[in-house]
Amino acid sequence: MAKFNKSDDSLVVIIGSGAGGGTLGYELAKKGVKSVILEAGARHEIKDFSNDEWGMFGQISWLDKRSTSGDWRVATDFGGLPSWIVKAVGGSTVHWAGASLRFQDHEWKARSNYGNVKGASLLDWPIDGKEMAPYYAKAENEMGTTGTNGIERLPGNNNYKVFEAGAKKIGYKQVHTGNMSINSKPRDGRIGCQQIGFCFQGCKSGAKWSTLYSSIPKGEKTGNLEVRANSHVLRIEHDKSGKVTGVVYKDKSGNTQVQKARVVAVAGNSIESPRILLNSESSMFKNGLANSSGEVGKNYMRHMTGSVYSIFEKPVYMYRGTTMAGIIQDESVHNPKRGFVGGYELETLSLGLPFMAAFLDPGQWGREFSGAMEKYDHMAGLWIVGEDMPQSSNRVTLSDQKDQYGMRSPNVNYSDHPNDIAMRNHAFKQSRKMYNAVGATRVIETPPYPSTHNLGTNRMSAKAKDGVVNKHGQSWDVKNLFVSDGSQFTTGAAENPTLTIVALAIRQADYIAKQMSSKAI
Amino acid sequence: MRILDKKSISRRSFLKSGTATALGITIAGNMVFGKSSAWAASFDNLGGGNAATLIQMARDIFPHDHLADKYYAKVIEGYNAAAAKDAGLKKMIQAELKKINAASKAKYAREYKNINRELERVNILKANTSSPLFSKLRGDLVTGLYNNQEVWPKFGYEGASADKGGYIKRGFDDINWLDKV
Repeated sequence: MAKFNKSDDSLVVIIGSGAGGGTLGYELAKKGVKSVILEAGARHEIKDFSNDEWGMFGQISWLDKRSTSGDWRVATDFGGLPSWIVKAVGGSTVHWAGASLRFQDHEWKARSNYGNVKGASLLDWPIDGKEMAPYYAKAENEMGTTGTNGIERLPGNNNYKVFEAGAKKIGYKQVHTGNMSINSKPRDGRIGCQQIGFCFQGCKSGAKWSTLYSSIPKGEKTGNLEVRANSHVLRIEHDKSGKVTGVVYKDKSGNTQVQKARVVAVAGNSIESPRILLNSESSMFKNGLANSSGEVGKNYMRHMTGSVYSIFEKPVYMYRGTTMAGIIQDESVHNPKRGFVGGYELETLSLGLPFMAAFLDPGQWGREFSGAMEKYDHMAGLWIVGEDMPQSSNRVTLSDQKDQYGMRSPNVNYSDHPNDIAMRNHAFKQSRKMYNAVGATRVIETPPYPSTHNLGTNRMSAKAKDGVVNKHGQSWDVKNLFVSDGSQFTTGAAENPTLTIVALAIRQADYIAKQMSSKAI
Repeated sequence: MRILDKKSISRRSFLKSGTATALGITIAGNMVFGKSSAWAASFDNLGGGNAATLIQMARDIFPHDHLADKYYAKVIEGYNAAAAKDAGLKKMIQAELKKINAASKAKYAREYKNINRELERVNILKANTSSPLFSKLRGDLVTGLYNNQEVWPKFGYEGASADKGGYIKRGFDDINWLDKV
């Protein structure tokens, strides 16, 4: 395992060890490019995981000071918790569900295909499906995605069987157990899924792909990658020419450290990444680093989401087995006849009893609520994930409050676009129809949880004035500064974002290595 | 289909709780959870009669007729302990209960806990949802009640499964009542 010197200015310094940062570090390491990953959280290995929802929530979640505003219900119900993401080595690949879907071709060009949607700041990605195809293939192979590379799909659990039966009854055709980066059979040194459930609490069997126990240890083995846990980044430094030169962070003991860098890649998820750039303001970059466009922090997307829990006369035990191995893709197309642009996926979902109590209908009480809870074991559940409209007023800004290190904490403002509301209502209606078709006695519409898909706050654009980074995730303003997480998303598409984040990071590693060897950066 | 017995705590979860824990429950049960008249005496930091009122409020917030008072009392027991050290909390609880009892007397001519109909007690709560006590109690019950492992079997929830090998051989796909599609 490498251990680099803090004064070593030949390194790529990566902020964050999740899908973007963890992948970038590993891919660079394979090419012989040395990098250090600064991870704000601690390193919890598989042995440290427990099948305990609140226990793991307290152990691995990002719980630093944050605030919220806007009309989303999260601001009312969970005001200090806009997102449900991970602060630990592996980032949110520790708690992700494993759904690994490619964007559809039309989604890369949302502005062209959806037209001018009032109030939305839609833009086409400067890349397309054809350009991304080989990187998606590499990502799927690396992650062991079921339904690709000849990898068998997972078996469906009880929750899936109810979902599938309902879907087929109302005529849906594209119904299966998903493209999941969870081994159906042993592969790549990891065993097959044991149907434990608790996918969100850290996979106890290691069947689910995570940078924590997949890419990162492989990268470390090369001797080219150091992962420095408990290293909370405060800001990025630059020289007089405007090139970034190092990263300031707090170590485990709260001491301030500086890691010198030749290249810096920001991958702290879509709230922290823009926050770091904004907190890196200087006399040269008065509005924050990489922010000449003014777009840093804007266009925050979180997917149009919602859940539906349905109660049946007989038991389901939806919590038994893989949490999200089930998908209906018929509604993911762009068909404006439904009254909205873009589309959505329906995916199976379950929560344990403790989280169900917190999320089924936050703030609710009385018999209507407790009656539903009493039928917990008779519930089937699904999650709606669809494309939400980017809006420049949905944004991450620095608040006047300070965090534990005296840095300005982020505020997340989010309000639904009318297109989001129309899409959610359609999805609720279809879900109700499908569960009623198999005998649901009660159908409950659950509002969005704190965001797990945080996107778009450092977006990629064809022109420097429209976004923060170019088609390689490279800052328009600062050539040796990159964005490597979901914050570079131009639009969100309907798909769970992790596969695309990983594919973009693999592609970016190629670019960074070439740029470094040609001395362009 | 592997169906759970929700009426009694399973033998496995009883054994899992271990001797020390089981003993602890018994002692606490005798002292605290025996007769309802014992509440006030047991939780004396909260003031006379207040514990019983809080337990009734807790039940009315998340009413589960298949759960004994002891599961609700667990949260109130925490308030009783905290009140010994936190004068502000004690003051808030007592002041808010005073208001709730006053509202109960004005509307139904008796204290909250002595109103027999749930519907009428719920009317009082509905008029007091902005009370800091109401929101605290509701919030604390979300974890205090539903994250108590002892109630899980009563809701058909099995909790941790990795230590039992997951559900791969324990019915993850054993549903047998769906029509063939």
